Amino acid sequence: MQRIGVFVCWCGSNIAATVDVEAVAEALSHEAGVVFSTNYQYMCSQAGQELIQNAIHEHKLTGVVICSCSPRMHENTFRKTCERAGINPYMVEIANIREQCSWIHKDKAVGTEKAIILGRAAIAKVLLNAPLTAGTSPVVKRALVIGGGIAGIQTALDIADAGFPVDIVEKEPTIGGKMTQIDKTFPTLDCAACILTPKMVDAAQNENIKIYSYSQVEAVKGFVGNFTVTIRRKARYVDEEKCTGCGLCTEKCPQKKVPNAFNLGLDTRRAIYIPFAQAVPKIATIDADYCTMLKTGKCGVCSKVCTAGAIDYKQQDSFVEEQYGAIVVATGYNPIKLDRFDEFAYSQSPDVVTSLELERLMNAAGPTGGTLLRPSDKTHPHTLVFVQCVGSRCDGGEKGKPYCSKICCMYTAKHAMLIREKYPDTEVYVFYIDVRTPGKNFDEFYRRAVEEYGVHYIKGMVGKVTPQNGKLYVQAADLLGGQQLKIEADMVVLAAAIEPDKSARPLATMLTASMDTNDFFTEAHPKLRPVESPTAGIFLSGACQGPKDIPETVAQAGAAASKVIGLLVKDHLTCNPCVAESNELMCNGCSACEKVCPYGAISYIDKEFRGPNRTTLLRRVAQVNPAVCQGCGACTVACPSGAMDLKGFSNAQIMAEVDAICK
Amino acid sequence: MTYSYFPGCTLKTKAKDLDRWGRAAMEALGVTLEELPEWQCCGAVYPIARDEIALRLSSVRALAAARDLGRPLVTLCSACHHVIKRVNGDMQHDETIRGRANTYLQLETPYAGEAQVLHYLEVLRDAVGFEQLKAQVVKPLTGRKIGAYYGCLLLRPSSELAFDDPENPTIIEDFLRAIGAEPVIYAQRNECCGGYVTLENRDFARKRVAAIEDNARALGAEALVTACPLCMYNLKENGGGLPVYYFTELLAEALGLKEGEA
Amino acid sequence: MRDAVETIRRISGVNPLKCMKCGKCTATCPAYDEMEYHPHQFVDMVVNDRLEELMASKGIYHCLSCFACIERCPRNVKPGALVEAVRLAVIRQQDQNHLKPQDIPALLEEALPQQAITSALRKYRR
Repeated sequence: MQRIGVFVCWCGSNIAATVDVEAVAEALSHEAGVVFSTNYQYMCSQAGQELIQNAIHEHKLTGVVICSCSPRMHENTFRKTCERAGINPYMVEIANIREQCSWIHKDKAVGTEKAIILGRAAIAKVLLNAPLTAGTSPVVKRALVIGGGIAGIQTALDIADAGFPVDIVEKEPTIGGKMTQIDKTFPTLDCAACILTPKMVDAAQNENIKIYSYSQVEAVKGFVGNFTVTIRRKARYVDEEKCTGCGLCTEKCPQKKVPNAFNLGLDTRRAIYIPFAQAVPKIATIDADYCTMLKTGKCGVCSKVCTAGAIDYKQQDSFVEEQYGAIVVATGYNPIKLDRFDEFAYSQSPDVVTSLELERLMNAAGPTGGTLLRPSDKTHPHTLVFVQCVGSRCDGGEKGKPYCSKICCMYTAKHAMLIREKYPDTEVYVFYIDVRTPGKNFDEFYRRAVEEYGVHYIKGMVGKVTPQNGKLYVQAADLLGGQQLKIEADMVVLAAAIEPDKSARPLATMLTASMDTNDFFTEAHPKLRPVESPTAGIFLSGACQGPKDIPETVAQAGAAASKVIGLLVKDHLTCNPCVAESNELMCNGCSACEKVCPYGAISYIDKEFRGPNRTTLLRRVAQVNPAVCQGCGACTVACPSGAMDLKGFSNAQIMAEVDAICK
Repeated sequence: MTYSYFPGCTLKTKAKDLDRWGRAAMEALGVTLEELPEWQCCGAVYPIARDEIALRLSSVRALAAARDLGRPLVTLCSACHHVIKRVNGDMQHDETIRGRANTYLQLETPYAGEAQVLHYLEVLRDAVGFEQLKAQVVKPLTGRKIGAYYGCLLLRPSSELAFDDPENPTIIEDFLRAIGAEPVIYAQRNECCGGYVTLENRDFARKRVAAIEDNARALGAEALVTACPLCMYNLKENGGGLPVYYFTELLAEALGLKEGEA
Repeated sequence: MRDAVETIRRISGVNPLKCMKCGKCTATCPAYDEMEYHPHQFVDMVVNDRLEELMASKGIYHCLSCFACIERCPRNVKPGALVEAVRLAVIRQQDQNHLKPQDIPALLEEALPQQAITSALRKYRR
């Protein structure tokens, strides 16, 4: 016979203000099996935990019900408390009377009644609990970082510095990501390449880091500490071992009309290319969409000029399978496409550009060699209009994003300042809804643009851009001045909203990592576990989790690395004992559970059973590998015969809870 | 192919060319437009107010008749299209409006937005196909630079009209290419012509048309096309002389149904 | 007045509190010069119960109903629908029609399409 103790927490006034905790403790003391019931101000405090431990000893408790906050918050705390007092940690049940009760009710009578019902359900469940013992599984001491931008590079460097091997998978031919395309960085205006390229070289030269460039994750199996990942190495038609990066092929290739993705299509490159001078690895890649040889079988110029014999037109995609203990997602962001915002005439005039395009137009390695020229006629622009929040802060619909893209206010201040600094004969207008510059030295930076550089900041939006006679006629609102402005501009720069890279969604599915409605990865806890995914062993670095600038990205990248290191230093991980278990006598061998299992934890074996009259029967039955099972419970729902059960959440326990609620 | 057709009042009087050449061209393209029997005025403007029921009723009658005939309802005038399409949307999605309209009308079968409303251009694009149209052109408008003037009513609000990209539409440009002309893309093609406000404030309408004309001319347009009689009026009467045609006139010309430079 | 504002919200189906005061409506409005209260102010004045001023303004008859503000508003506020609702609040009162049938003959001219007159009548009178 079980002896249950009930402990009702006030959570200060969080629970006690809406739930009569005394009444709850009193009511639950009459439930069958309950031998002790009390309430206390902060059950999670040291004194509260001692209260629980004393009660366990004094009343010889075999099971404990805590009526408190969500189990996500303190289930672990209370399990440890009870373990220290000598009872199995899985003999503890939490009734969530805070998030699911006190916080959502106003009427104390209603809240109290509901708290009692929730407590009663937990008691019904704990009566059927059985002690569970967690097993362990080994940790593969190697990490995978998906995405080789500044986030991925920093995470990889930090993990490698701690002595663990780490692989970077980057889908582009070079690592470096968006930061390679940025000219200068705020708020210090130092050159992005000057601070990024040394890190790219460090990553390439670090013995613990292996870079899979022009590659992508194809499949992920396994679980925390023991992932098996298949990586597709896309055919670049160049032997990475042989190519010296001399670049001769990229000069001789006769196909010159390929839009240069690195410069966002503002100029052209050859069909065989190295994205930019400091690319890592510095290896040529053939663009199969444009290569004449690959398309028609006639050309072969690059192969002829390559003294290293590195060109291989017959190269195929290849696959690598590798084991990892931890996976870091660092898939980054992109500006949104602006084709739904043509009131700004982006598709109608080449002189309407995105902010990222402007970075290239101002960069010394860009299409204009660093001199700001209008794309249409290569003349010097005199009047520039910046439009903020293009596609950010939009309400619903597929047209824009509901969130603030966070980085635009600062980079626009940077652009405006740099243009006024370099070309004092320009007039620069910035149309803003709000100027958002929280961050160290950020607001000072923006104010400098206004006060020292004379940038015209105008509260309002641009409504329409009309290209005509070589000018861009901008119609805009000046809300503080109370006028509709008509500006004859030479260039218009749009601060496009940013969104997660398109590769993130399929990757999240492979990783069973959760995302929000905007396809940003969700954190295990928005405040307290910001760099971990709720899926164990998956970590988040950079803008894949939300819009971020470079300093924030680097900080988060380091944090993700430290979490990975904390995992990899362990030799073994404690498994979750709440795993599925098949009752072989009831199993009918239908394979329904095997089909729904997302972890591949279920297999079927032929097993001999004793039949009637001393016969033996060979039957096909399900078996669960407890080291692989993550306890999701999909199989228990799929099983038509009720043979599959989840330890700690058995069908009988769930039904007992439901019965207790309906009583 | 046979469609129900809603011409609207203006097409029977001041905008006969829009209607006449539109019908002739569809007939030549193998599409029959069968005029909806006993149609009434669409109401000319869509009642934005959600509590205006009576002003929606004539559209609902037309829609219910089209449903009963079992054919999609084709409109040609931009204003009729705007009103009928949006009222149909209300009947599909707004329970209050649907309930009240049906209470008034007492139709044999209550109407709940079952009819499909198509603009003539949508039929050209999706049922006939611009490729097919191109194949049937006998007198291509080669070398003629024409600006499509969309105005407001065909495009906005895009969430309800779902006609084309409201800021960068392409359907009339694609149509112009199909009949051999060279479309001129200019930003003011979806800005208002002045609409009915010309009745009270003609100077304002003139300013609007000047902005549109100047922009179109600057980008090389030698003429404009429209699908709206009111746009036609403003562009012609309040404009600076840039020729304006109904798009159906050019269509008929290209198909060899109508004489000479339209 | 509070009730009147509620009426405006109800007949327009607009929640003006969604406005983030970006001014894109005012930047977009082709009738800006013709209106004493501009679209973003219109929204603000509905929020702040300044209906009488709006009802007395002549600008409500100059809105083109071109739907550009409605299309381009990033917050789905529909300033144009508020203008229409305020105009209705005026002309639904007794003897407040802005255009009377007897005014029509003077406005007629050969080229004027029926659509223009019907539109104006629908917009300007009950």
